Amino acid sequence: MKIRGKVWAWFLIILGVLYFFLPLLATFMFSLRARLGVLSFQSYINVFNDPKFVKSFSFSILWATLTIMVGILLFVPTAFWVRLKVPKARAAIEFITLIPFVVPVIVYTFGLVRTYSHPPLLIVNSPILIVAAYTILSMPYLYRAVDIGLRSIDVRTLTEAAQSLGAGWGTVLFKIIIPNIRVSILNGAFLSFAIVVGELVLAQYLVKPAFAPYMATLMQNRAYEPAALAVISFALTWACMGIISIIGRGSGQAQVGGGH
Amino acid sequence: MRDAPEARPAQPKRSWAWLGVVPFFLFTFLFLLYPSSTIVTRSFRELGKGAFTFDNIIALFKSPYILGAYWISIKISLITAVGGAIFGFLLAYAAIRGGLPSFVRLSLLTFCGVASNFAGVPLAFAFIALLSPSGMLINWIKLTGYNPYFHGFTLYTQWGLSLVYMYFQFPLMVLIIAPAIDGLRREWLEASQNLGASSAQYWRHVAFPILLPSLLGTMILLFGNAFGAIATAQALTGGSINLVTIVIGSELRGDVLGNKGVGYALALGMVVIMAFAITGYTVLQRRTERWLR
Repeated sequence: MKIRGKVWAWFLIILGVLYFFLPLLATFMFSLRARLGVLSFQSYINVFNDPKFVKSFSFSILWATLTIMVGILLFVPTAFWVRLKVPKARAAIEFITLIPFVVPVIVYTFGLVRTYSHPPLLIVNSPILIVAAYTILSMPYLYRAVDIGLRSIDVRTLTEAAQSLGAGWGTVLFKIIIPNIRVSILNGAFLSFAIVVGELVLAQYLVKPAFAPYMATLMQNRAYEPAALAVISFALTWACMGIISIIGRGSGQAQVGGGH
Repeated sequence: MRDAPEARPAQPKRSWAWLGVVPFFLFTFLFLLYPSSTIVTRSFRELGKGAFTFDNIIALFKSPYILGAYWISIKISLITAVGGAIFGFLLAYAAIRGGLPSFVRLSLLTFCGVASNFAGVPLAFAFIALLSPSGMLINWIKLTGYNPYFHGFTLYTQWGLSLVYMYFQFPLMVLIIAPAIDGLRREWLEASQNLGASSAQYWRHVAFPILLPSLLGTMILLFGNAFGAIATAQALTGGSINLVTIVIGSELRGDVLGNKGVGYALALGMVVIMAFAITGYTVLQRRTERWLR
């Protein structure tokens, strides 16, 4: 009985491993075939030499960085303030932070584009809109990460201690609170990074240069370069998640992905 | 003796603390609540005139094209939710309670964290490299003289798409169900064995009822996860499978429905279904927490 159970367990795990790795292996093998007859990294060289790749990738990193900055500046003070001064607002805010789970990305994009593409609200082409939208998309993760971080420290005591030593609000926030929850913030930040860099729909419909739309276009007219991009993109996701699991070791938070 | 002077009634102190959350509410109003609410309001409004109407909603149910889109979206979401839940549960159970070395569990959870976030264009490409007519696995199978593509297999229909969706569905199941499996106490198994229960009875009367809300809840979450997906399907099929998300995308690009109001109603329908899904998940997850502490 026990032995049979173990055999089943191994069988399932192996099945899972195959399912997980075969597509990646196929992609990797394919990416090496850019030169006829030999395995080479030619497709990677082509990708890195493509100015469009450099441009779209840098833009994605720019969007991600701005998103994380706006997110932190907006969510950390809010979560802190709610915990300290206005606990009544808590339920409403938690509800709002979960809305992006309920509204699918394409529906959100639909509402956003339709709302902001007519005067007097014509900001659909402004980079402000895409950064704001990405901030909203990453909000469920970033806000929650920050809130969980704040739950684990004694916000009130820390604040009062700092204030009785003469610290102002800025000092409390930036020198006391943020350093104390930096692990949580980093956690949320890397997840946001992975989401923004891999995001296709918003960038496509708001017509902004970004990594995923570049990849989607390339997929239609090239064979081997998209494979290289897929490998790079997977490595990037892997790196982000790896960093999260290293910095957040032991917290065991299940992360629900976005942008499917 | 004189009475002590009456204390002045405390001045109702005006608190300005709420000002601190104004930026958050302003930001989310501008970039989330207002744009999303326009979907609701405009679904019920006549085009141009702005009078209240149910016509757009009724039009949804009259269009075979739209009903077909909902149906195929729901079908794929159901298939991958049930499939992902079963496979994810078995996998998580095998890794946690299967008597395997502990590194298996840790690596499984790490892989699942990555895989549940791996979607969209690269995922579609990975499966094309594996299972397209000249994909790696298909080439291997062809060596045996059997070509699946001659026998009805294809990657670019709903079953193929479902197979691809499973890649982010079952890892999500593993991540969410793992704590529930951890919460199954060994004492319960021992107690039921002491009372003479067979393994089947233990599952039927103890483990399964405890896990059921969590299983169902996660299944609903997986449903929502697949239902809202667009990037993977678009990259895989170039939009040839008419999922609701893809129809909304084309509507946004070029008014394919010919009526903007119906476009809004279409989007509203998705939000309603998603709202049911997330609510169901939350309620069931709360039920689970009673047992898991």
